[in-house]
Amino acid sequence: MANIISDETIEYVGILAKLELSDAEKEQAKKDMGRMLDYIDKLGELDTDGVEPMSHVFPVQNVFREDMVTNSDTREQLLSNAPEQKDGMFVVPKTFD
Amino acid sequence: MAKQYETVIGLEVHVELATKTKIFCGCSTAFGGAPNTHTCPVCTGMPGSLPVLNKQVLEYAIAVGLATDCEITRYGKFDRKNYFYPDNPQNYQISQLYLPICRNGGVEIETEEGGKKIVGIHEIHMEEDAGKLVHDEWEDCSLVDYNRSGVPLIEIVSEPDMRSAEEVIAYLEKLRLIIQYLGASDCKLQEGSMRADVNLSVREVGAEEFGTRTEMKNLNSFKAIARAIEGERERQIDLIEEGKAVVQETRRWDDTKGESYAMRSKEDAQDYRYFPDPDLVPIIVSDEMLDEIRAKQPEFRTEKMARYKEEYDIPDYDIDIITGAKHMADLFEATVAICNQPKKVSNWLMGETMRLMKEKEVDVEDLRFSPENLAKLITLVDSKAINSSVAKEVFEVMFEEDIDPEKYVEEKGLKTVNDEGALRKTIEEVIAGNPQSVDDYHNGKEKAIGFLVGQTMKAMKGKADPGMVNQILKELL
Repeated sequence: MANIISDETIEYVGILAKLELSDAEKEQAKKDMGRMLDYIDKLGELDTDGVEPMSHVFPVQNVFREDMVTNSDTREQLLSNAPEQKDGMFVVPKTFD
Repeated sequence: MAKQYETVIGLEVHVELATKTKIFCGCSTAFGGAPNTHTCPVCTGMPGSLPVLNKQVLEYAIAVGLATDCEITRYGKFDRKNYFYPDNPQNYQISQLYLPICRNGGVEIETEEGGKKIVGIHEIHMEEDAGKLVHDEWEDCSLVDYNRSGVPLIEIVSEPDMRSAEEVIAYLEKLRLIIQYLGASDCKLQEGSMRADVNLSVREVGAEEFGTRTEMKNLNSFKAIARAIEGERERQIDLIEEGKAVVQETRRWDDTKGESYAMRSKEDAQDYRYFPDPDLVPIIVSDEMLDEIRAKQPEFRTEKMARYKEEYDIPDYDIDIITGAKHMADLFEATVAICNQPKKVSNWLMGETMRLMKEKEVDVEDLRFSPENLAKLITLVDSKAINSSVAKEVFEVMFEEDIDPEKYVEEKGLKTVNDEGALRKTIEEVIAGNPQSVDDYHNGKEKAIGFLVGQTMKAMKGKADPGMVNQILKELL
């Protein structure tokens, strides 16, 4: 494996993804990430000079909606997925700006 | 000698677009709905839901770009900005990092010295707004309302070209006017449909390099912006004079306290891990699309001013003020179209309307009276059905609740008494009751007649034509 992932990197990626990993999971994640980056390095061997970066696989473009209200009130249904609700709103842990 | 400092300011302006629906779903953007009643699986971030771009958002963004001399990006796309916050249900905001819809534009502003200067626009991109967090008063939790989630925004990023609060406000006013003329947004700072974040740094006059900048948030009026700029300039200069470093950070302005505090510094800056949104396909802006949008561009202020000069016989001063707000200009044109009295309409708008707007703190967009009713009022005065002081009283009521002045005058019995006999009788009584003033008048005190006119108007409860009263008085005296 050419790419060695440091403990700091795994820690940082964990924070960004809001994941709490056990030591064993961290070791596994380091290996997996290393392998993934090796694969990306392999792609890097290709000569891509003058090739536009691609963001979509299919040749589809300009898919638009007209500006017309098509949705009605489905609050009950949407809130039924929430672990907790109050006054028609989703309850979340106390959050400040 | 004390060092001289220069303030360097750039702005990030968010504008809520005036579309009927959200940027990526068919939910209404109307204000005031009960919490979460304008939501669907897309704008609440349900797995498997797919966003589709509202064409009107793209057209407004391009229209603003064209009106601010931007280059329009012909191949654009959307990117995901990843962060966790409960007002953002997808855990990413759909925005544009790599290929924003507009770039390299600018608007011209007038400087304090009376010169002109271009404030560059770095880019304009489209993105979605977040939901609203409400803090529960009773329980230790927060509540989320996603009605605003997915409301379309454009973010207009300027170059660091401004040097004072006056220039910042001139730039914002110019931007607001352009966007209002386009009908792309009402741009109300107080209500948050226009939000400005101020990036500010200071440097010694003559320095080449920029100083370290801070970003100021929570500015919801022009006054707050001006105060925040002054406050932040002072704070940074103090730090530098004390030999301390300015820290690159985001600060929140507290306008009641007149000071700011740090929200987050660059050290714990977020890593947004932007990447192209695979759910949204690329946008190709064709020549036809651009031509179509160009053809729909409205008459902007300079063109409007030129046309007013040509069409209406009103002074330049009036033109300047009336075209200063799109809504005012619309009101003016619609009223003149009915009563064909440009100068009189202009007088009502610049006089009583502006006086009452100031007194009652009403925004131009919130004016209630209709062009029809203003035209009727003008006609009532022209035909001498009411005199000008009664007209002002009626207008105050119209200003509050857009009543029909004809009906109102009828119902309240405010019509001028044109019955000369009745008027003559009242005047005779006034003359008999005020011998002193009559003597004064005869002894050459011309002013005494004013008192007698006043007494007559009072006796007539204001419902007389002052010209006619004057005439009869002189005759009888």
